[in-house]
Amino acid sequence: MVIRGRVWKFGDNIDTDVIIPARYLVTIDPAELAQHVMEDIDPEFASKVQPGDIIVAGRNFGCGSSREHAPIAIKAAGVQAVVAESFARIFFRNAINIGLPVVEAPQAIAETETGDVIEIDTEAGTVLNTRTGKVYQSTQYDEFIQQIIRAGGLMQAVAERVKARQQAG
Amino acid sequence: MGMTMTEKILARAAARRSVEPGEILEVAVDLVMTNDITAPLSIAEFKKLGLERVFDPQKVVFVPDHFVPAKDIKAAEQSKIMREFALAQGAIYFEIGRAGIEHVVLPENGLTLPGQVIIGADSHTCTYGAFNCFATGMGSTDIAAAMALGTTWVRVPPTIKFVYTGTLPPDVGGKDLILYTIGQIGVDGALYAVMEFTGEVIDKLPMDDRIAMANMAIEAGAKTGIFGFDEKTREWLARVTDKPYEPVDSDPDARYQQVIEFDVSNLRPLVALPHLPSNVYPADELEDMPIDQVVIGSCTNGRLSDLRIAAEILKGRQVHPRVRCIIVPGSQEVARQATREGLVDIFLEAGAVFSTSTCGPCLGGYMGVLAKGERCVSTTNRNFRGRMGHRESEVILAGPAVAAASAVLGRVASPAQLN
Ligand code: SF4
Repeated sequence: MVIRGRVWKFGDNIDTDVIIPARYLVTIDPAELAQHVMEDIDPEFASKVQPGDIIVAGRNFGCGSSREHAPIAIKAAGVQAVVAESFARIFFRNAINIGLPVVEAPQAIAETETGDVIEIDTEAGTVLNTRTGKVYQSTQYDEFIQQIIRAGGLMQAVAERVKARQQAG
Repeated sequence: MGMTMTEKILARAAARRSVEPGEILEVAVDLVMTNDITAPLSIAEFKKLGLERVFDPQKVVFVPDHFVPAKDIKAAEQSKIMREFALAQGAIYFEIGRAGIEHVVLPENGLTLPGQVIIGADSHTCTYGAFNCFATGMGSTDIAAAMALGTTWVRVPPTIKFVYTGTLPPDVGGKDLILYTIGQIGVDGALYAVMEFTGEVIDKLPMDDRIAMANMAIEAGAKTGIFGFDEKTREWLARVTDKPYEPVDSDPDARYQQVIEFDVSNLRPLVALPHLPSNVYPADELEDMPIDQVVIGSCTNGRLSDLRIAAEILKGRQVHPRVRCIIVPGSQEVARQATREGLVDIFLEAGAVFSTSTCGPCLGGYMGVLAKGERCVSTTNRNFRGRMGHRESEVILAGPAVAAASAVLGRVASPAQLN
């Protein structure tokens, strides 16, 4: 899969409280959550972000709570993927589970700025910055995680298993 | 090659003789938990599978605690979804008035036992590691899958062993130990790893303090924190359950990613300043920080021993006129005990608020939301931007002794500064 989009750049330790503050956790409606995405780090973000954009951030992206509302809000805002130096583990799982591509590309971060257009090649494991023409390596997913991605998310993968189990009786 | 206690638990749950860090396993789960914020999503995902029943209703737990008693109509709708599903499934369900904060309630009810694998749709599920089990937080979709299958996938994490040596000074507790540790290694210092807490200081440390430490393992990016099993664990559990369990211990030749030793004999009561739990300073070095609010409670420090520490300091003293002091017991059981012991009277006489058990203020839900520019000393576990209210408010993390002393003096203070 090749994902091309415009970058919004953030720093280290972007936590789930700033991605989607708890005051909005009274709903699971993705569109409603999207209206407040990144609100406590950049109150204008929800109105600036365009479908197809990509979030680029530093270390430990998504640290904090287990709220899946965080990747859901990002995805529902139209963000195609998140590229970071590293991810907090619960956020990483949640994103994979709901089909939001999350890519670790430690070397790409420092030289990428807001407004750059980047191209993520998930198969090749690369990130290209079209402004500088530089290509960076990204971490490859394990086979197990790739299966979830291929199924379209965790529940799709589980549904296949449940069906197989029922057919086996 | 030996195994760590975490590797042993995961091997057992995957019906394997041995496992290695990095491997991905499918493990059987002993308990699956969600709360009023995460359950509605889990339930929606679960329903998509078209299954009638969760894998085992007696291993699925629902705890309303974040926004209950319902703070508004939307919160009421969310808990209603959970309540109806839980009751229809015959799952374990803790209604308000009989329960409290999930991570206080589950251990109190003997649901977190040594050797078990426990997953919860709440990042502080790692709290149960204090009981020598593997417990970790996940998102709602992972929990939905586990509710259906009775299993989950985990990558066997590497373990970092922390060894605490020396003797713990007065007014220094588990919260200070974990804040110190996070201050040393940073908020991603244990990313993807397990923090195994050991050493002579830990051997002597009361269960409530161990629980506070395990609770904040996630604040160092860890998958979980874990403690060995000893007489203290056994005694604690004997009061709440007669179910059998199988403790695990790390082998002497177990592999560790790292071994970190701290001599804590000179530790002073600590605080973590905004906006990261790793931003740690001794409380008595911060004399110029006036505060507006103090919160004593949460899954970190809302247990009886925490309230006893706070009461000892507040007894015969008054909360500073400028400060709102909000005390939130971790569970109904804690509230009852605190009432019996006269702690509640002490709080009320000191001019504090004593609430029913809830997560409320900890995540800026209700019962103590901060206005722009306000500063709060809190015994909770996160001081991220906007955590307790306005994005320009500040949360300073501390243990119950520092929080109570700060409430009296109206500024960040250590208990020793009261005299
Ligand atoms: S008390 Fe705070 S940290 Fe603990 S479960 Fe509730 S919201 Fe989460």
